[in-house]
Amino acid sequence: MDKFGSPEFLFLLQGLKWTVLLTIISFIGGGIIGLAIALARVSPVKIVQRIAAAYIALFQGTPLLMQLFVIYYGLALMSFNIDAWVAVSIAYTAHASAFLGDIWRGTIQSLPKGQIEASNALALGYVSRMRDIVLPQALKISLPATIGFAVQLTKGTSLAAIVGFVELARAGQIVSNLIFQPLLVFGIVGIIYFFLCWPMSILGSHLERKLSLGN
Amino acid sequence: MKAANMPSEKQLSVSDNEVLIELKNINKWYGGFHALKDVDLTVRKGERIVLCGPSGSGKSTLIRCINHLEEIKDGSIRVAGKEIDKAAKSIEAVRREVGMVFQSFNLFPHLKVIDNCTLALRRVKGIERPEAEEIARKYLDRVHILEQADKHPAQLSGGQQQRVAIARALCMEPKVMLFDEPTSALDPEMVKEVLDTMIGLAEDGMTMICVTHEMGFARQVGHRVLFMADGEILEETTPSEFFKNPQHERAKAFLGEILAHH
Ligand SMILES: Nc1ncnc2c1ncn2[C@@H]1O[C@H](COP(=O)(O)OP(=O)(O)OP(=O)(O)O)[C@@H](O)[C@H]1O
Ligand SMILES: [Mg+2]
Repeated sequence: MDKFGSPEFLFLLQGLKWTVLLTIISFIGGGIIGLAIALARVSPVKIVQRIAAAYIALFQGTPLLMQLFVIYYGLALMSFNIDAWVAVSIAYTAHASAFLGDIWRGTIQSLPKGQIEASNALALGYVSRMRDIVLPQALKISLPATIGFAVQLTKGTSLAAIVGFVELARAGQIVSNLIFQPLLVFGIVGIIYFFLCWPMSILGSHLERKLSLGN
Repeated sequence: MKAANMPSEKQLSVSDNEVLIELKNINKWYGGFHALKDVDLTVRKGERIVLCGPSGSGKSTLIRCINHLEEIKDGSIRVAGKEIDKAAKSIEAVRREVGMVFQSFNLFPHLKVIDNCTLALRRVKGIERPEAEEIARKYLDRVHILEQADKHPAQLSGGQQQRVAIARALCMEPKVMLFDEPTSALDPEMVKEVLDTMIGLAEDGMTMICVTHEMGFARQVGHRVLFMADGEILEETTPSEFFKNPQHERAKAFLGEILAHH
């Protein structure tokens, strides 16, 4: 029976690396697809709007765990021979895109109507209206909520352990099974999560204060 | 012919000019509400029209139809020879000819004053930034606000913001300017600077349609006053005639109220 020493700690840090990577990949992927979802959700074309709304509802209305299972095993059943790592990334990206899409949809729709009218009166086309007027303002307003979601996502990656992906939480479980000190090990895991998420939360509330003072 | 019906000097000077705006049989509905009823309007180059009437009479709706901020049910809209049809292209073509100034300024808060002015030049007209900035400076100077070019709108007073909004519209060198109550959101001490800017535009021969209750302004620069009520143009005459001899009861009541408030 081992003590908790540096090999165990290094093993946890390996897990942390995958947690961070999975978060970053699904946040970036989810951000790109989420932007498309948000734009589709406010599209003038009704059917496009409905499809985006259904996509959002689907991911917001079901547990993340189930989404993971369905995408992970679904991809396997469709005999895509892909890495666990890729499957998990796809699942989290899809999850993040729905949530980010909905956050951004909300802030886009919260912009004063006069902004769109002024853009239209200046003959700006759709692309310029979105790129130069709507998105810069909407994304700025949504920063606190977006960071809040990033925190959720970071913690949410621990569920990937269920399908055998060795991220931080799963690494903790493995170490704890080896040295039979679950309280100590999960305490350390918790502290690592905390120092990962806490700065983001601070940043989020700082931005929120700044934005509310700004306008 | 009575003297009062003689065309004024101001009118004579534009009556031979080409037609810039032609609205025919405009009908606009908001759901089940008939907001504009068979409205016709012809505006000639250089002409300055003051549109007034009680709240809810359709003044904003009417001028917003001209650049298709509102969709009409039927009727035709022709601006500088270009007719609005369903195609996005025709809408853009008309919007390029029409500048608009809103009651609440609607500047882009995340852009500096100069960038508010250059955006459409760059994105719609495809002008490179240095040249666009030169044009923007010219018009910011014209509304006497060039020194604020690098500020953000929130750092300016209401009157300054509205002058920036006017400069932003002028940068596109529109053939006609539409004003929707440009001074009603302003503190009283700032009304004059905006009206003076508009008078300056008038003196330079800009074609203008102004929704305003500033009757001094109407008298000074208007060729014609249109009085609207319930989605119809009830009166269409010279400012002096309108103030002296309003025909309709609605117009009399309206003038009585306006004068009582000023
Ligand atoms: N988007 C809208 N949806 C439904 N009804 C509308 C809408 N916009 C305007 N209306 C209605 O149409 C009528 C005309 O409105 P409009 O804004 O053109 O009036 P207005 O003459 O400009 O009034 P005000 O002096 O108050 O600005 C009003 O009865 C108004 O309630
Ligand atoms: Mg109005």
